[in-house]
Amino acid sequence: MQSSAKYLTRKGWHQTAIIAIIGGTYLLGSWILNFDSLGGLIALPKAFGWLGVNFAPTPKSMNYLPQIWQKLMQTVLLAISSTMVAAVISIFVALIGSKVTGINGFVQTIVRGIASFFRNIPLVAWSMILLFSFKQSDFTGFLALLLMSIGFLIRAFMEIIEDEASETMLALKATGANYFQVIFQAVLPQILPSMLSWILYMIENNVRDATLVGILTGTGIGFLFDLYFKSFRFDASGMTVLSIIIVVIALELISNQIRKVIL
Amino acid sequence: MINTEERIIKKPQLPNTPDIKLHENSLSRMMILLVFVSLFLITGFTLTHLDTANVKIATAFKELGVTLHQMFLQPSTGSDGLAELLQGLGSSLLISVMTTIIGAVFGFFFAVMASKNLTNIYLGTGIRVFMAIVRAIPTIIWALIFSIVCGLGSTAAILGLSFHSVAYLTKAYSESIEGIDESTIESLKVTGAKFWVIVFQAIWPTIMASFVSWTFIRLEINFANAIAVGAAAGAGGIGYQLFVASGMSFDFHEVGFIVYLIIAVTFLLEFIAVKIRHFYLSR
Repeated sequence: MQSSAKYLTRKGWHQTAIIAIIGGTYLLGSWILNFDSLGGLIALPKAFGWLGVNFAPTPKSMNYLPQIWQKLMQTVLLAISSTMVAAVISIFVALIGSKVTGINGFVQTIVRGIASFFRNIPLVAWSMILLFSFKQSDFTGFLALLLMSIGFLIRAFMEIIEDEASETMLALKATGANYFQVIFQAVLPQILPSMLSWILYMIENNVRDATLVGILTGTGIGFLFDLYFKSFRFDASGMTVLSIIIVVIALELISNQIRKVIL
Repeated sequence: MINTEERIIKKPQLPNTPDIKLHENSLSRMMILLVFVSLFLITGFTLTHLDTANVKIATAFKELGVTLHQMFLQPSTGSDGLAELLQGLGSSLLISVMTTIIGAVFGFFFAVMASKNLTNIYLGTGIRVFMAIVRAIPTIIWALIFSIVCGLGSTAAILGLSFHSVAYLTKAYSESIEGIDESTIESLKVTGAKFWVIVFQAIWPTIMASFVSWTFIRLEINFANAIAVGAAAGAGGIGYQLFVASGMSFDFHEVGFIVYLIIAVTFLLEFIAVKIRHFYLSR
């Protein structure tokens, strides 16, 4: 039995130690990276002032709007299609690899390994490798997003199947249904809402990631932003950022509404 | 009169069974169907109209195979050398750790201010809307903006990444805070506890576990973002070396080596996250 005073002292020491470790890491990091915290803090208002002055869209920048919207819509379509193709591939792989519907332990381990391998290869590496073979085209962006999404969705779908479908599956198995009946009548209907929720999340994520892929591979909205930004047409890049904000928030609101209905 | 057989023995009648409904027709089912169909239609439309820049797909895939073979089966340190690559990896890792610390500290305070059960509705909504806007702008654009104001380098990378981290963690933490049982806060309020006392004595201990897991999820995201920012904004770290090796010198052996290094670090981060989560959940 420890007294409450003793417990509180120990808790106090524990917390102090953790704060000291985190603070120490921060200070060491800023020393190594030459990061000036105070200067950074001062730079913030300066940055926003600069943004307000230079990025504010002028009447002239309205001329860029049709081009921006065209590219942005293209990017959104690309994000959606890459997510959907990834979802179709991932659900099959996830069915083979999950603990409840999987074939055997060996296949499960392999699927898990492949998924985390795909997930952890940085998007930059994918885009640059694909750019080398597929040149500067939308297809390159599509493939980069696709490969990244597959890694994420396989893991997400496997977790959904293991969490949600095992009971329904057991019930149907008890009636003597065969493997494919179980999959199509129990597992898939059961996980469909959560699957859709993940797909919507992935689409939002891919729209944001498409900007990065676009900057690297010269496609879509990222390329347009990079072009305006590096040719110092800041009002046009401000317009681009504004359009991205509107589209991403609109997508988020739509998917939240859909989630409210389906879940 | 003797009644006919009919009247004495009642013929057994089949009970009036309703059809067993296999699928319930609800709004949610309709919605799922509708969304899936429209998403697939969009996908079909996009894929048939995709611009492939006249690249022969078969040759391109063959070329990709060669590249992947060079990357994953023959990795080498290339022209940069191991020491420089490790240094780049270290600085990327440090950038991600520091942005996560900044994100966690500021994110927690903003989350406390933004949670519905703690503050007034106007302040909460204001912070929430602001954070949604910050989150909508991709990290890479934040880094590019700051690279103009602060100059190229790790300062721009840290500031740019921190913005997104703060906004992301504010949302995550405030969702955890809103999940707290109202009675915990109420009972402390009755004793006359001040606002920050409630925060640190009731809320902090309750959300500790989810706080730790969200922070580590963000650490992994930040590491990926630090690489991306290094590549696209020239902000230093291993991302820049990855960009040079794959986009300028086309040394795919080195790309493979860098990718292996990055994968090793992400596995390490995941391992540490699992260990620490276990430690906090078991307490």
